[in-house]
Amino acid sequence: MSSREITYAEAIREALREEMARDERVFILGEDVGVFGGIFGVTKGLLAEFGEERVRDTPISELGIIGLSVGAAAVGMRPVPEIMFADLLPLCMEQIVNQAAKMHYMFGGKIKIPITIRVPQGAGRRTAAQHSQCLDAWFVHVPGLKVVAPSTPYDAKGLLKASIRDDNPVIFFEHKMLYRMRGPVPEGEYLIPLGRADVKREGSDATIVATSLMVHRALEAAAELAGEGISVEVIDPRTLSPLDRGAILGSVRKTGRLIIAEEACRTGGFGAEVAAIAAEEAIDALDAPIRRVAAFDVPIPFSPPLEDYVIPDKKRIIEAVRSVV
Amino acid sequence: MELDREKLLEMYRKMVTIRRFEEKVAELNARGVFPGLAHLYIGEEAVAVGACSALRADDLITSTHRGHGHCIAKGCDLKPMMAELLGRYTGYCKGKGGSMHICDFDRGILGANGIVGSNIPIAAGAALGIKMMRQDRVVLCFFGDGASNGGSFHEGLNFASIWKLPVVFVCEHNMYAISMPTKKSTSVANIADRASAYGMPGEVVDGQDVLAVYEAARRAVARARRGDGPSLLECKTYRFRGHHEGDPGRGTTYRSREEMELWEARCPIRLFKAKLAQMGILDEELAKGIEEEVSRAIEEAVEFAMASPFPPLESALEDVYA
Repeated sequence: MSSREITYAEAIREALREEMARDERVFILGEDVGVFGGIFGVTKGLLAEFGEERVRDTPISELGIIGLSVGAAAVGMRPVPEIMFADLLPLCMEQIVNQAAKMHYMFGGKIKIPITIRVPQGAGRRTAAQHSQCLDAWFVHVPGLKVVAPSTPYDAKGLLKASIRDDNPVIFFEHKMLYRMRGPVPEGEYLIPLGRADVKREGSDATIVATSLMVHRALEAAAELAGEGISVEVIDPRTLSPLDRGAILGSVRKTGRLIIAEEACRTGGFGAEVAAIAAEEAIDALDAPIRRVAAFDVPIPFSPPLEDYVIPDKKRIIEAVRSVV
Repeated sequence: MELDREKLLEMYRKMVTIRRFEEKVAELNARGVFPGLAHLYIGEEAVAVGACSALRADDLITSTHRGHGHCIAKGCDLKPMMAELLGRYTGYCKGKGGSMHICDFDRGILGANGIVGSNIPIAAGAALGIKMMRQDRVVLCFFGDGASNGGSFHEGLNFASIWKLPVVFVCEHNMYAISMPTKKSTSVANIADRASAYGMPGEVVDGQDVLAVYEAARRAVARARRGDGPSLLECKTYRFRGHHEGDPGRGTTYRSREEMELWEARCPIRLFKAKLAQMGILDEELAKGIEEEVSRAIEEAVEFAMASPFPPLESALEDVYA
């Protein structure tokens, strides 16, 4: 395997290109995905390669984008719509939650809705309350959806290819601050099955379950804590739904301590679910209270010092680990 | 598609089937056998039958919460349909969907939808898929006057227009969104007027006249199949029952008895029956035969449904994911 490094955005683009070349039912639609190449440049070049029938620029019409994707999927296509920001998902919530997620079930298993909704989320670009949220946890609460949130170029490519081949609606959360991150991605084809966590760093004293951008902050925290003699294991679920409970519980049983690092706000979040699973299934293995490191329960503020204060950083993760070790 | 004697009688039979089926649902509802909500199609039969008669068997429809008529008109089997309505395992959706979610892919029924207006972008999307797969099928989308005020209508019609999709939008304008009259809720006198905002033909049709609906639908379907894009048909009609079974006085809290009687005088089945008699196609004896045949089929459907088991409890946990 080659050791080349490419960016997270390039890895996503490669996955799209490969799946479109492989299966003519796969097509892209969304705002500015064609001529403009996507607001974050992810779909750049695909219009020239696949033409405007399969790389469709749409009006600003999120409900329509997902509604049309649902209809096209129901008759056999495999749409990969892009919603420009996670903050725009409420505009098409109806089609995701009441239609895409339920149609297979409520029609008795007759219709499949293979859609992969790509959507950038996350803070850090100083774009304030309506362009910075992490909303992945909302979708974890909906039976019938799968939720994916890769943290590295390698994971992004393999998981996106698997998502596109999945026969269910998948919400694929990309993190804006990771698009330029470089990492090793093999030249050859590979898939990463949905529902399998990855151990990003092995350790023995505490487990941090971290998602998306927080995986990197958790790894920075773990590196610093190693200097103090604290050995931290970092688990990236990669797929928030279905969740690899086994990997999380296995690590908790090994370390006896659990910290969850997530970028979304704390209350009712993904971290609460992970904490509940650990409390239900492995409380006997826990040597200390579970800690959640999450954003404060506020909208994302604009002013840079405020935004940086609200979103968890390395320091807060380190403090959380120290408080239980 | 010319309407020969056989086709005309088939249309009449379907309208009678819808009427008797819905009367049976009302009866089962009153007896407490029917779980949940029943939104009946009585009074609007000419719209479903006229529109679906302009379709090929492999064309698709999307339906609404008031969808029994659409499903029967598109060719649903009464037995699995009634079984689904009664929550039985032999139903179209194994008892998981019920009255508002009948789906029969083999008959081109992409599913009835309980969220008003949401089937409109879905219909446009199905038409997009058909177009991209180079098929010559058409999607016909039923919805009501209430749906035409929601965002789904506007986004769906805009997409259908800019991408010239093979879809026919059929608005069943029955004058009330539950209790809200169109004249209070809607910015235009005719919902068909909204077609011009989306650069597509719009046509007002007498929704009590099955042949008028058929003719308008035939033109719109032909246009869609030719690749010339979508159309909006507005069929003026009326529901003879309440919004749902249990709506007090069949809707007299928000509409007058005089208005109801005026519309009941224009019963689509009676009008069509008179027309067929005039054409020398239907006499009393034949009409009686059709009634008997339909009643028998509905009784058999009820017997089938009542004899069918409820779904096993573990099936509640199946089919969440494909």
